[in-house]
Amino acid sequence: MAERVLEVEDLCVEIPIPSGMLRPVQHVSFHVGQGETLAIVGESGCGKSLTSLAIMDLLPSKAKRRAERLVLDGDALTGMTERQMADIRGNQMSMIFQEPMTSLNPAYTIGNQLTEAMLRHKSVSLAEAKDRAVWLLEKVGITAARSRLGQYPHQLSGGLRQRVMIAMALMCGPDMIIADEPTTALDVTIQAQILHLLAELQDEFHMGMILITHDLGVVARVADRVAVMYAGQFVETGTAAQIFDSPTHPYTQGLLECIPIPGKTERGAHLGSIPGIVPSLVGEIRGCHFAGRCPYVHEACTAEDVSLRPSLDAGHEYRCVLSPQAAIANRNKQAAQ
Amino acid sequence: MLQYVLKRLGIAILVAVTVSMITFSMIYLSGDPAIALAGETATQEDIQNIRRVYGYDQPIVVQYANWLWNALQGDFGQSHYLKKPVADVIFERLPTTMLLGACALIFALVLSIPLGVVAAVRPNSLIDRIALTIAVVGQAMPSFWFALTMMLWLGIYWRLLPISGTASWANFVMPSIALGYYITPAVMRLTRAGMLEVLSSDYIRTARAKGLRPMTVLFKHALRNAIIPVVSLAAVQFGFMLGGSIVIETIFAVNGLGFLAWESIQRADLPMMQAIVLVLSFFYIILTFLADMLNAWLDPRIRVM
Ligand SMILES: Nc1ncnc2c1ncn2[C@@H]1O[C@H](COP(=O)(O)OP(=O)(O)OP(=O)(O)O)[C@@H](O)[C@H]1O
Ligand SMILES: [Mg+2]
Repeated sequence: MAERVLEVEDLCVEIPIPSGMLRPVQHVSFHVGQGETLAIVGESGCGKSLTSLAIMDLLPSKAKRRAERLVLDGDALTGMTERQMADIRGNQMSMIFQEPMTSLNPAYTIGNQLTEAMLRHKSVSLAEAKDRAVWLLEKVGITAARSRLGQYPHQLSGGLRQRVMIAMALMCGPDMIIADEPTTALDVTIQAQILHLLAELQDEFHMGMILITHDLGVVARVADRVAVMYAGQFVETGTAAQIFDSPTHPYTQGLLECIPIPGKTERGAHLGSIPGIVPSLVGEIRGCHFAGRCPYVHEACTAEDVSLRPSLDAGHEYRCVLSPQAAIANRNKQAAQ
Repeated sequence: MLQYVLKRLGIAILVAVTVSMITFSMIYLSGDPAIALAGETATQEDIQNIRRVYGYDQPIVVQYANWLWNALQGDFGQSHYLKKPVADVIFERLPTTMLLGACALIFALVLSIPLGVVAAVRPNSLIDRIALTIAVVGQAMPSFWFALTMMLWLGIYWRLLPISGTASWANFVMPSIALGYYITPAVMRLTRAGMLEVLSSDYIRTARAKGLRPMTVLFKHALRNAIIPVVSLAAVQFGFMLGGSIVIETIFAVNGLGFLAWESIQRADLPMMQAIVLVLSFFYIILTFLADMLNAWLDPRIRVM
């Protein structure tokens, strides 16, 4: 088993809003090992970005983070001062954001923005930092890399900017990288390309990675483990094979129905959709968060909170009152229809 | 970049020409200048004479061309009242006004930009509230009243500063504050708004995600972008300030262009007023041009295509 780079236990985020306390992230636990990719999937607004920002300690100022354990390379991030966190960010752990068009500062050159993290964290000369920047730009598939250093963000296309963002995140050789929907804002044609590039680099540099994406096709190919998130909670976690082959939670089952997966969904098969809306996360929700939309809902679902429990195989967990056998049987019945 | 500079320069020249036309036509605003010059007891013959001497009998285009040609060579004509070349008087007074303007602008920027930044970094804090109070009071309070109040306390009750004249640097303190205070609210509010917007932008989050020091994030990444609209505003406000200096110079008896303007208005000294308006407008145009250049340097989206 690979050494654990990041361990997260019982991570919660709370944001006070006028109508009460919003709980967009609730009791999230996971770990990522060296060279391992954890994919977090789930629909818009389920708390994926806030989970990653909470790990980076970059939450909006009014949001509160609580965690039982938050450990990077054996050091507890909880209780670290802002100064100590700043020494880690961009150095041991870096993040790639959803919006490449706006995530680069329009006032400075690519070269300036690429080198500054390295100059801040490592004792290198400007020339050395530039060399590494050029090397990484080439790695992420940018041609004429050295001449790009003097260019400004507005001179680059969205795809190029996201490649620059990736190179920027890798400048200090981090152990952990968090990629939050790195391709959502891009052209469909280059989305998969960038995700695969990221996966290759992660493999080459042996980093731990959290990959947040809607592209289940890419998840199936690059993720070691998958966490399915719904309304602030992880509702199912397991290896990619476990999640795709024997999804246990009704939400995961519904999600997989909705999206064609290359090589898994048969040509001409009917795609599903999940009726209903996500519950409000203001205040406490009693019982299962998915109860309002679940086709198999019964009294037990809302009687008390449901915790994650083991499914059939080791390392596969789900958050549902149904037994794994019953849940999987439901799915097969559905598929037979 | 060259294209941008040329474009801005072209605009500046166009504005300057327009301003010169307006300034020139000022002379006809109050009716026939010859009659006004000749006075009430003048005969028809006197008026004709004056028309001929001052060239008022020529077509207006010719008059304008002559006037502009002379003005470009530094000849603004004779002051009706002082019986001296207008240019001499103006260039004697100009340095005082420029000094006052520069001090006022520096005072205003040094006060308003840091206050705006701090207010944005700590919104709703005590400093933010103080800054807001300064802005609201500043906007509501007429500058002449502020100047007189300051004069009363600092000059008369506490005797800390001289209240009139231009004898020493101390004479410039109160006029500079009074004049600079005039533009502080707008600059401060815009700095605060700009910083608030920039601080919540994605690239600031990127900068923080790199682990950069808070000061680097604030000054290198945020302020550089937030200051761009402030530069343009400061130039416009400086224009208002030149106008405001008429009031302030008069109150503090600072012997500058503003004071001269007020005197000339009272003396109906038209060539002098024309020249003052023209000179002040040109300063304003040059400053706006410089502000555009500064912005082009700050914002590569203007500079690099
Ligand atoms: N600053 C904030 N103040 C109040 N609510 C917020 C704030 N940021 C996020 N939220 C809310 O928290 C919830 C989770 O947001 P988050 O950005 O983590 O979603 P997400 O899973 O990343 O969605 P997407 O796929 O659209 O990026 C959302 O309902 C959102 O409205
Ligand atoms: Mg998101």
